[in-house]
Amino acid sequence: MNSYLDFEKPIAEIEGKLQELRHLSDDSGVNMLDEVSRLEGKVDRLLKQTYSRLTPWQKTLVARHQLRPHCSDYISRLITDFLPLAGDRAFGEDRAVIGGLGRFQGHTVMVIGQEKGSDTEGRVAHNFGMANPEGYRKASRLLRLAERFQVPVLTLIDTPGAYPGIGAEERGQSEAIARCIEACLDVRVPVVALIIGEGGSGGAIALGVANRVLMMEHAIYSVISPEGCASILWRDAALAETAAEALRLTAEDLHALGVIDGIVPEPVGGAHRDAASTIDRAGSALEEAFADLRGLDGAALRGQRREKYLELGAVAEG
Amino acid sequence: MSWLERFARPKVSGLFRKPDIPHDLWEKCEKCEQMIFHRELESNLRVCPRCDHHMRLGADQRLALLFDGEEYQTIELPAVDEDPLRFRDRKRYSDRLREARSNTGHDDAIVVAHGKIGGAPAVVAAFDFGFLGGSMGTAVGESLLAAARLAILQEAPLIVIPSSGGARMQEGVLSLMQMARTTIAVDELKEAGVPYIVLLTNPTTGGVTASFAMLGDIAIAEPGAVIGFAGPRVIEETIRERLPEGFQRAEYLRDHGMVDMVVHRRKLRETLSLLLSLLRDKKPAAEIISLHGDAPSKSDVKDEPASAGAE
Repeated sequence: MNSYLDFEKPIAEIEGKLQELRHLSDDSGVNMLDEVSRLEGKVDRLLKQTYSRLTPWQKTLVARHQLRPHCSDYISRLITDFLPLAGDRAFGEDRAVIGGLGRFQGHTVMVIGQEKGSDTEGRVAHNFGMANPEGYRKASRLLRLAERFQVPVLTLIDTPGAYPGIGAEERGQSEAIARCIEACLDVRVPVVALIIGEGGSGGAIALGVANRVLMMEHAIYSVISPEGCASILWRDAALAETAAEALRLTAEDLHALGVIDGIVPEPVGGAHRDAASTIDRAGSALEEAFADLRGLDGAALRGQRREKYLELGAVAEG
Repeated sequence: MSWLERFARPKVSGLFRKPDIPHDLWEKCEKCEQMIFHRELESNLRVCPRCDHHMRLGADQRLALLFDGEEYQTIELPAVDEDPLRFRDRKRYSDRLREARSNTGHDDAIVVAHGKIGGAPAVVAAFDFGFLGGSMGTAVGESLLAAARLAILQEAPLIVIPSSGGARMQEGVLSLMQMARTTIAVDELKEAGVPYIVLLTNPTTGGVTASFAMLGDIAIAEPGAVIGFAGPRVIEETIRERLPEGFQRAEYLRDHGMVDMVVHRRKLRETLSLLLSLLRDKKPAAEIISLHGDAPSKSDVKDEPASAGAE
């Protein structure tokens, strides 16, 4: 682990000491097992303690952690026979959105997800997960295709937001997002969304209207980034921490508000400390969500989705 | 006499209005900086007589501008949880709401009304930018759903007129959810076969543009209106380039294929009347006359196309 967040400093210190001790006992043959296991216990306790009460801002940092598993990690661990499909059939191929057919636990599914990239080259290629209109139009196309083939849809959400660029505006970023929301609402097949990292505003909800919306424990989902909100409402971007509190963007808050249907617990210390077990946990939650929807016909699925969002106003009154 | 001079202001804002003092008599055009006498500006529908810049209209002015004889009935906005997050920035959201209400005389950033345009019934939902920047929270989402259902009930087209900075941050992710909920409103209209027309006015940005505002069957924009997803400052900061001339303006969107037409405020009612009549009276009137042997009664004209529209 070479990338610690600021609030993880105490953990980093002990883990640093641990590393030294391990080297020492390897080099000198002195047995320091007791001390090592004592420190390991301490790290575990500290991790558990820290991660059980992360503040909304800390969660924001965890959700954006570079080592956090991304869309393609989920696809390669959960989906077999993945066959990527490219292009919006109008202008181009947007690699910020990955999509394609594959199998999830034996069943064919359409997977559509936002990919941030995991190294510099990848991040540039995937535009840091910020889609242009082509990405949303590709997503709409794949949603309609899934409906045509009667295949359930899985969306994986992880984006700072839709890309704010000249070309994006010229080619109708808003229209592309609006049509994508419309497609999510419309298709007569099961749609399950999983917010794996950052659910950034309109760029996220474009793929986030589903029969079941699940969210990883330390993911965030918000109408605006805490920084953006702070700079507009507090006129000071440095107050992002305060804005993060006010926005109620954590999985727990969103579950209480009725915006998401379930929370997938992450391993101690967050998804970035154990990608494999994180993704496996997500897999079980997704399996359950799809199983719940399996008996419903197309009209019922579409109706359920619509009702769910219509009722959100009523839920807020409670 | 212009529509604006005859227009009665809402009572609440009337209470807060100071008696006319000299600086109220002249207004400066935001674009060409010309000082314009208020009567002249108002008789020109708040369009600068010198540079044709379209100044912002409040929701009431909008409605008066569009409905025949400036006559319309507003509906009560559905009740919602007003401050679901108990949000507080430099001010409490509940205080911001209270201030906005007393300043505009409206319950929230939208007014829903029905009346006639060019003789045909229509439902109009007009945003009021003066109410927290026309931002969309649960109340706005709920009102758009109510407007759509009223239009369906009346078999009348729905005209939505956004003037909005986007989603209302003070309602957090619940404001984001309105993007889905207003899209459902549009879908309900389309399923019922009711025309959905959007008149994009300055400004229409963010989550409002990326949902119901860009889903119109027909999209009309007012000249010079800023219409886009991301704000120009955000784009400039992201790409570190100067934005092209006229970027995100109504004419720019038309040239890029994003709206059907850009219509001068003076031609708006006329254009909408024509559009509504084209969508409503789809058969030649002569057929009806020949069947009855005399002029058709008003109800004949009304019923026939309405039932056709509902098929």
